[in-house]
Amino acid sequence: MDSARSDRVKAPKKLPTAIKLLVAGGFGVGKTTLVGAVSEIRPLRTEEVLTDLSVGVDDVAGVEAKNTTTVAMDFGRISVGEEYVLYLFGTPGQERFWFMWDELAAGALGAVILADTRRLADCFPAVDYFERRKTPFVVAVNCFDGARTYDLDEVRLALGLNPAIPIVLCDARRRESGKEVLITLVQHSMERNSKRPTPA
Amino acid sequence: MNPYEEPIEEKWHDEQAGPIVRPYVMTRGRTEPVRGDFNLISLAVSVRSAGAMEVGLNPEHLAIVRLCQDPLSVAEVAAHLDLPAGTVRVLLGDLLDKGFIDVQDPQPEVDMHDLRMYEAVLNGLRAL
Ligand SMILES: Nc1nc2c(ncn2[C@@H]2O[C@H](COP(=O)(O)OP(=O)(O)OP(=O)(O)O)[C@@H](O)[C@H]2O)c(=O)[nH]1
Ligand SMILES: [Mg+2]
Repeated sequence: MDSARSDRVKAPKKLPTAIKLLVAGGFGVGKTTLVGAVSEIRPLRTEEVLTDLSVGVDDVAGVEAKNTTTVAMDFGRISVGEEYVLYLFGTPGQERFWFMWDELAAGALGAVILADTRRLADCFPAVDYFERRKTPFVVAVNCFDGARTYDLDEVRLALGLNPAIPIVLCDARRRESGKEVLITLVQHSMERNSKRPTPA
Repeated sequence: MNPYEEPIEEKWHDEQAGPIVRPYVMTRGRTEPVRGDFNLISLAVSVRSAGAMEVGLNPEHLAIVRLCQDPLSVAEVAAHLDLPAGTVRVLLGDLLDKGFIDVQDPQPEVDMHDLRMYEAVLNGLRAL
């Protein structure tokens, strides 16, 4: 049938603009859970094979010149109308993959740093990293059962966070909660970037 | 330890292939796409279909053309095909070169100062 046929002819499609958001934080803090809770697709996992001369710590017997490391990342997608599509990437947690973060952080609109109050120090590296890189970020304190509930001001103090940086409570398992965190992040990123003068 | 326990016939196989032999074979040893500059969120969409007999395309190329009926990011294609993103970039470069796919603008970075973009994203998130 004609209509069936014309379905296959591709009208030139205007591709949406892809926007990258990062989810960072220490080991087991709920990064994958958060990505899964807000994603419209089941969270996917991709592997990036990295070659890095500076990764001297890996003990790769027999490989002299280059180190290749395979880093796995979880990610999810949220379509925003026809025009934009958000991709959420969980950053690899280990410190030795920081060269990977650079690649991920390039062009990112912002980052959510997940914190667990029982192991607050685990998110120091992420806070340092995004501060240095000047990537807009918010801190989301994940409410695990059994964790003593902290006053958010206490957490802010412990992390040495600038008062301008939003800090919120969240339950990474709940979509509504994850959504609130993302809204806070996008708002923060908007405020940050509208204050910064556009380069002439 | 001998890292190359499986005998590899092809001559082009060299010392740097490491443990990722299959993807390496798929790209015939190439690590850079012939065309295009793909990052993890570059979007690709098929613009024509590819038959199994298409010269110069391997099954993975064909799978990508099928997958990208709707726009997909490099990361998604990689996840669906269970291949490293680097391999997928090379395959996408071939497809772009042969005119099977379109890729998003080579400069896909969002304009961070575009207030309209923030509004659209916030409205979209609130509507979730
Ligand atoms: N109670 C509670 N449990 C959570 C929450 N978020 C995550 N979890 C649980 O914590 C565990 C770890 O969560 P993941 O999402 O795998 O953490 P991750 O940061 O991706 O971990 P790695 O990738 O291994 O670093 C899982 O068993 C989750 O079900 C939360 O908000 N509340
Ligand atoms: Mg995880």
